[in-house]
Amino acid sequence: MFIAATDVEHHPLVPIWQELVIGTIAFALLCFVLLKFVMPRMEAMYQARVDAIEGGLKRAEAAQAEANQLLEQYRAQLAEVRTEAAKIRDDARSDAEGIRQDILAKAREESDRIIAAGKEQLAAERATIVRELRTEVGTLAVDLASKIVGESLADEARRKGTVDRFLSGLESAGAR
Amino acid sequence: MSGQLVVAQGVPWPPSVGDFYPPNVAGPWVTKFGIMVWLAVALLIIFFMLAYRKPTLVPGKAQWYAESVYGLVRDNIAREQMGNAGIRFAPYFTVLFSFIVLTNLFGIVPGLQISPNSHIAFPIVLALISYVMYLYIGVRKHGLGSYLKKSLIIPGVPWPMHFLLIPIEFLQNFINRPLTLAVRLFANMFAGHLILLVFTLGGFVMLASDNVFIQVSSVFSFAMAILMAFFEVLVALLQAYVFVTLTANYIGTSLADEH
Repeated sequence: MFIAATDVEHHPLVPIWQELVIGTIAFALLCFVLLKFVMPRMEAMYQARVDAIEGGLKRAEAAQAEANQLLEQYRAQLAEVRTEAAKIRDDARSDAEGIRQDILAKAREESDRIIAAGKEQLAAERATIVRELRTEVGTLAVDLASKIVGESLADEARRKGTVDRFLSGLESAGAR
Repeated sequence: MSGQLVVAQGVPWPPSVGDFYPPNVAGPWVTKFGIMVWLAVALLIIFFMLAYRKPTLVPGKAQWYAESVYGLVRDNIAREQMGNAGIRFAPYFTVLFSFIVLTNLFGIVPGLQISPNSHIAFPIVLALISYVMYLYIGVRKHGLGSYLKKSLIIPGVPWPMHFLLIPIEFLQNFINRPLTLAVRLFANMFAGHLILLVFTLGGFVMLASDNVFIQVSSVFSFAMAILMAFFEVLVALLQAYVFVTLTANYIGTSLADEH
């Protein structure tokens, strides 16, 4: 009865052998194509992505480290520059002081020299004047005396000693 | 009894095994099931080839979907079950997983409405591949003798117990594993289709009833069919996941050094 009624029916746990063949071939084809052309690239892409992310992180870390190092370097340089600037300023200050002292000393020297020269000149001029005055006064006195006496004593050389003596007497009297 | 109902309403009732074996399209080689399998293969090849035609580091939408499947299988199945040794199996597992998911989902695709995996031939093919794979890997890694010893003999057991344990272990490792792998997938898809048939066809049968009360009640039957269709999506994904996870687990134990 069961067999007769289910002549077209098939026991579900018994495989149809054509389907076994079809399934094997179809699945083998699927495996071949995908395993050959797609999956290796997928794993490669997977790895590439991991690398890209890890590499990116590493690069970022390296960049960070480098930036920190540069910052440190700049800080050190800045500090160095600051001390240098301070040193230069101090040097300049002491240099300026030195120069001032030099100039001052030179000026003082110069003024001393000028004063000395002036004094010397004055003394020379005074000596000249005195000498000229002495001859002039002598002449005048002799002229006056000759007018008074009535005779010319001018060319009498021995009178000259008299005039000089007189004038020396005057000088010493004046100095006293 | 059933013949009378069918003739009366034009609805085959009750659903039977015969519903799983539609007439051949053209001979035993061109059947609805065969065509569906080829369709699944074609769709998967087209999808993955298109999605990975020009892969970029920052993926586009299709590439992202393809990589999500790969990432799920690679990290959540292969690596979870086998550690880092599993990564080299991830490509095959991905193909296996996407093939099972797609063929399972055919069960609720309008126009197809049955999963190829509800014919046991296809789960048998997939389970056989997993079976051969884990046997081959085990024998290649350990050699035939030590692989058998490792599989059959539980260390630290009093020796008379082995008379009992070795047959059990043999049954467990070499018979039950491939059998359950195939039957689990087949039975889930078979039962799922049967449930959908019961509620959908049942709805039509109730609608054709003379009794108004029964006609109105058919709404619940259809509602249940819709609910079960969503449930089938869950089962489809879950069974694919289970199949691949168990395959990974079996290969993992073949590679492992202890029993």
